[in-house]
Amino acid sequence: MKPARESSLRIETPEGVVFSFELATPVARALAWAVDATAIAALMYGVGKLAALAGVLGNDLVGALTVGGYFAVSVGYGIVLEWRWRGQTIGKRMLGLRVIDARGLRLHLPQIVLRNLLRLVDSLPLLYLVGGVACFSSRHAQRLGDLAANTVVTREARWNAPPVDVIDGARYNSLAAWPHLVARLRSQASPEAVALALRAVAGRERYEAGARVALFAGLAAYFQGLVQFPESAVEGLTDEQYVRSVLRVIYGASSEGVS
Amino acid sequence: MIVDLRRFVTAERPYWDELRSVLETLEAEPERRMPLAGIQRLHYLYERCSADLARMDAFAVDPALRGLLESLVARAYSEIHETRAPIKVNWRGLLVAFPRAFRRHAGAFRLSLGVTLLGCAFGWFAIRTDPASKAVLMPFQQLLGSPAERVKEEESARQDRMQGHKATFSAELMTHNIQVTVLTMAAGISWGVGTLMLLFYNGVILGAVAADYIGAGQSLFLAGWLLPHGSVEIPAILLGGQCGFMLAGALIGWGGAATRTERLRVVAADLFTIAGGAAAFLVWAGIVEAFVSQYHQPVLPYSLKIAVGLCEMAALVLYLGWAGRE
Repeated sequence: MKPARESSLRIETPEGVVFSFELATPVARALAWAVDATAIAALMYGVGKLAALAGVLGNDLVGALTVGGYFAVSVGYGIVLEWRWRGQTIGKRMLGLRVIDARGLRLHLPQIVLRNLLRLVDSLPLLYLVGGVACFSSRHAQRLGDLAANTVVTREARWNAPPVDVIDGARYNSLAAWPHLVARLRSQASPEAVALALRAVAGRERYEAGARVALFAGLAAYFQGLVQFPESAVEGLTDEQYVRSVLRVIYGASSEGVS
Repeated sequence: MIVDLRRFVTAERPYWDELRSVLETLEAEPERRMPLAGIQRLHYLYERCSADLARMDAFAVDPALRGLLESLVARAYSEIHETRAPIKVNWRGLLVAFPRAFRRHAGAFRLSLGVTLLGCAFGWFAIRTDPASKAVLMPFQQLLGSPAERVKEEESARQDRMQGHKATFSAELMTHNIQVTVLTMAAGISWGVGTLMLLFYNGVILGAVAADYIGAGQSLFLAGWLLPHGSVEIPAILLGGQCGFMLAGALIGWGGAATRTERLRVVAADLFTIAGGAAAFLVWAGIVEAFVSQYHQPVLPYSLKIAVGLCEMAALVLYLGWAGRE
């Protein structure tokens, strides 16, 4: 049976820790390639101009330098940049992509050379048709060069620690008096929604009053839809206060006055 | 389980920041050698962050926090668990690494040679039994005419027809032949079928040309024309074929218990070395073809050209067969 295409590469370390890389989609890779093709064309133009400077030494030398330079740029562009920039070219940098070893280890020069040389086959018959078909049909979106070199192209994200400082321990949190409901809320709330709520609290000053009210109303409605706290626990709380209380119990921020 | 995530993040963030800083230094300076204390600290930070990541399992945690820890652990993992030696360009080492890699995969080279010889036999047979097939088999216009007429024309030339474009011609030959060799290698990804077809086709052309010139009594001219560059160029293409069959062998993996990934990992360094060596050969062959092979008697005596070709071939055999033997 054909393996289903996966959106991430999961790696389990010998210590038993699991982490994953988000795989680049064929479309993102095609866009990166378009940028690289433009960069190669620009470099070739530069090579032609530089070679012309050797005109004083004869047209034959200009011709040889141009032919050799074009070849060196077309073959060496990917190899040199992926080696110096640890798996990135100009296009991959712009699109936030990176080539990595399929086992999560450091990328080695033979792997980079192999995957770049196999572009000759991947680009056949035109516009990377072979590579594109291989990408769409392989489990980890690998073109033939990636399969041979045992590499994958991943989407790189720059993460920062969440702004947990904004969750201050309140003197009293009415939701914390209902630990079984808090436990249910913790297990049912989606990480994305919690992250959104955290960022809404952290950036509240940046929103206009109307937008802020609407945003917190939407978030409060989401959390209320997951778990219904008794009326006495939420009485008098605005939507924003409710969301802040939810964040405090989800993040486990200690609060005074809770039995 | 983490009870107070806010306190957890506040307490652990200094370690995450420290690990990120160490990794950025390592990534910016791959050749840097860390002192033992630095390595021990990196290992400690990696284990601490791994433990933090493990503690966040089964907890509805902010994706940014998980993403941050995953990216730190992933980057540290690649630095700590990498066991392959880093590639260092050592010219003396490269000079012996190439023939050693070649000999390690001599079977693939023999197959490459065998397929080419089979193609030669086919080309020879086709021209000898059906001379009209020349138009189909020969890819170059200059080879379609009569060998005797070409030899007469070349030997009576009073002007240097290569004058003014020898260097350009040489560069064109180098780049074209390197592309052919790389394609022959890369075609190995088709489980060797592409490599087999390309080598056979090259052999057919070679056999057809040989049959045409030898049949016309122009053996001396043929040897003088082809040997100076062909004694290096043809083996280089065969090396490309060797790489193609190595790649195919790793993909197919008959009889071994290793996974495809492991097999490819094993041959990757040798593929790189052999392909690099073949490319170097083709640079030399390009120079010789443009500056020596295109000149014939009386400018350059055939005996001299043949002697040059034989010397090159002998040097090549000695180098690939014996250099770096232990």
